[in-house]
Amino acid sequence: MLEVRDLEVAFGPVAPLSGVNFSINKGETLGIVGESGSGKSLTAMSVMGLLPLSGGRITAGSIMFDGQDLTKLKEPAYRKLRGGRIGLITQNPMTSLDPLQKIGGQVDAVAMLHLGMTPKQARARTVEILGTLRIPEPATICNRYPHQMSGGMKQRIVIAMALAADPDVLVADEPTTALDVTVQAQIMRLLHDLVKDRDLALVLITHDMSVVAQTCDKVVVMYAGRAIEHGPVEAIFDAPQHPYTQALINCIPKGLSEDEHLTGIPGTVPTVLNYPDGCPFHPRCTRAQDICAVERPAVVPFGSGGAACHFAGAAP
Amino acid sequence: MTSITGTAARALAGFGSTSIGRAFGSWLGKIAGGFLVLLLLTAIFAPWITPFDYAAQDLTNGNAPPGWPHLLGTDQFGRDVLSRVIYGARTSLSVSATAIAISITVGMTLGAAAGYIGGMFERAVMTVVDLTWSFPDILIALIFVAIIGPGLTSTTFAIAIAYLAQFTRLTRAQIVRLKRETFIEATVNLGAKPRHILLRHLLPNAITPVIVVGMLAIGDGIVLEATLGFFGLGAQPPTPSWGAMMSSGTAQLFLSPWVIIFPGVVVAVTVIAVNLFGDELIRALDIKDRIRGA
Amino acid sequence: MLLRYTFFRVLMLIPVSIAISVVIFMIVHLLPGDPIDNLIRVGSSPDDRTALIAKYGLDQPLFVQYFRWIGAMFQGDFGEAIVLRRPVADLIAQNLPYSLQLGALAFLFSSIVGITLGTISATTRSAWVEQIVRGFILIGSTVPGFWLALLMILFFAVQLQWFPVSGAKGWQSLVLPVLTIGVGGVALVARVTRVALLDVRKEDFVTLLHAKGLPSRTILTGHLMPHAMLPVVTILALRIGWILGGAVTVEFVFGRPGLGSLLIRALGQRDYPVVQGCLLMLALAVMLGTLIGDVAQAAMDPRVREAKT
Repeated sequence: MLEVRDLEVAFGPVAPLSGVNFSINKGETLGIVGESGSGKSLTAMSVMGLLPLSGGRITAGSIMFDGQDLTKLKEPAYRKLRGGRIGLITQNPMTSLDPLQKIGGQVDAVAMLHLGMTPKQARARTVEILGTLRIPEPATICNRYPHQMSGGMKQRIVIAMALAADPDVLVADEPTTALDVTVQAQIMRLLHDLVKDRDLALVLITHDMSVVAQTCDKVVVMYAGRAIEHGPVEAIFDAPQHPYTQALINCIPKGLSEDEHLTGIPGTVPTVLNYPDGCPFHPRCTRAQDICAVERPAVVPFGSGGAACHFAGAAP
Repeated sequence: MTSITGTAARALAGFGSTSIGRAFGSWLGKIAGGFLVLLLLTAIFAPWITPFDYAAQDLTNGNAPPGWPHLLGTDQFGRDVLSRVIYGARTSLSVSATAIAISITVGMTLGAAAGYIGGMFERAVMTVVDLTWSFPDILIALIFVAIIGPGLTSTTFAIAIAYLAQFTRLTRAQIVRLKRETFIEATVNLGAKPRHILLRHLLPNAITPVIVVGMLAIGDGIVLEATLGFFGLGAQPPTPSWGAMMSSGTAQLFLSPWVIIFPGVVVAVTVIAVNLFGDELIRALDIKDRIRGA
Repeated sequence: MLLRYTFFRVLMLIPVSIAISVVIFMIVHLLPGDPIDNLIRVGSSPDDRTALIAKYGLDQPLFVQYFRWIGAMFQGDFGEAIVLRRPVADLIAQNLPYSLQLGALAFLFSSIVGITLGTISATTRSAWVEQIVRGFILIGSTVPGFWLALLMILFFAVQLQWFPVSGAKGWQSLVLPVLTIGVGGVALVARVTRVALLDVRKEDFVTLLHAKGLPSRTILTGHLMPHAMLPVVTILALRIGWILGGAVTVEFVFGRPGLGSLLIRALGQRDYPVVQGCLLMLALAVMLGTLIGDVAQAAMDPRVREAKT
């Protein structure tokens, strides 16, 4: 359905993304996971074709969607896809909705634009979708303004907007990061049900490995703008190949006893301006050797996935 | 028609946001700064630079067009326009600078008090300030001068009062913003007295945007002083002022337009330079958002 | 919701109006000298003085005077001009239309041209267009009004002879004054519009609007402009006070009658009843402007309507 190959993105002279690879099919949930600054959101924006909004552009690679290469797509055609066949769910519901427009209108717009519906038809559809998303009294809500609702409700509205035109793919950029923990669980369950009921392809971007473990079928681990490991979730969690992936998994708190400590990963994520040479993770890697500082590792296939490490597969 | 809203708002419309603007902006700003320094030096060293005595009349040579030896021509009394313009700089710059300095001092005090004390006091002050702020600055100044009487001192105070509201608003906005910062909360929790907090922590942080807006206000002040001079309410003869020159030149508008054109050009260029330089400062210091709150 | 907001706003204006009227009232009494001298022509007979005292109750305590003054105002009596010996209300009624004419036209001109220019400057791809507009904004807001007026006269009236040099007859005499005021107004409005648009563009919800697949033009007109208009409307409303008084230099240079020049002349002649009347009108206009601005904001922004005043 959607396949990204060797994607590279640049903002002026700076190249925050280089070498992103993943693919996803209907009914699958793909998790893109990484720390802040790893390039996850940029990947989402690239797929949506929204890079120019912040001054970026795709410099290499391809994004194959249903046989078309989106990187070669002209804007008018892209616009048909955006919101129509690929829906975006953004991170911060508090600021994602136009405060000056009523909720109903904001969701209606999608159906009217992509499905050619009349306002009445669109409104009926909106109410229906809001109902599926378990929003109470959808008809009344349509006449409210965003500032009158809670974060969780707003995020459901955002999801409704993404769903209104019956897309094939949903790109969710950290949809629950800005929400309370209890609401997070609700939203994730909602997304899970949607994927199953509508046979959607969900690209879930998150920094939370535990969420990935619970909800995703496949996972791509990103670091410093590169996909450094990818594969089925069970395989990755059972036997992570890349040291970074291992470290991330170790960070998940698992019922600690009194003497155990929380583990972290020493060091910080490099900024775009100073990606290290060779393997980007080598300054923080426990297994780094000389070669890691010099040569950038290619992706070594492993099972149905792969890892970009010179020592992939070695025991931790 | 400059306005009080103009100064702070104009500060936000600087040249920074396009790539051409970025390249342009910084050298334009530097040229502007250079021009201002030149102007300042000219004003300071006026007695040594001016080719003629600015008050010397030569009725046989009245209304002479620009040329040699009077580079900018003469007015109806035969006085050299260039010399008068140079001396006018002294008046305009000193009056405006003094006025804004006063305005800032009083405005900051009032604004800081309002912002810090809050409550009814703040509301009362701000309502009064808001009302004055929407009055045209020309009108406030004119009313003040008309009541007190013309002259340099009253002009200075008139200008100071016209822009008082703006600095009060700006300072208050800064204080209110800073009050919420956690480091202030920490200082309070450590038991610091209000006066200490105000003087050592709030004011120093609030002062940067005020200074920069103050610079821009000096530009407005120059125009205001010229306008007052034009009405004959500013510096009295024989003290030359740009506005007064243009006023007396009006009668001769058709005969010797240069008497009006040149001082006006100087005023306009000066104020533009002040603005460009001020914009540059704002960009360099990165305080756009602090000014926004006012 | 909106009505309630308006109601409370108007309510809040009442104490302010009272305060302002007190201040204006006190002008006559705070100035040096006998207040009666401030209200009467120099060299009047003692009979005139007695008549005046009786008429305005000037021997009464201050607050009684104040209430009589207010009462008279509500009946349309603004006192009598010292110099011209005519009811102030008449003088104001005579001059106001000119100010309103000039002001309204300048306001319309500034708004329309200003918003257009500001939008162009914020949305154009051409860096040159943007710079040109920004340059114009800079020059427009810094040039002294009276100088611009003089230049206009010099060029358009004298050289080209297209428009009259001064006076207030016919539509031709409006053109140059409106343009002169307009330049400053356009600069202000264009600047505010531009900054507002640039700001809105960076907001989060705009990303989502694009993600929905909406075309740029729809996003601009349907979403960005309404947001940008919020500060613009506020500024425009506040300028309403300017319309009446801010044109004083232009009125002066072009020899047009108007509230501003009436006020200045009265100040020069120490004709305080006229001064008081004019100031009252101006204060009224300013307060009206603030009210309109606030209400317009509430009408356009649902968040404001809910906020506790």
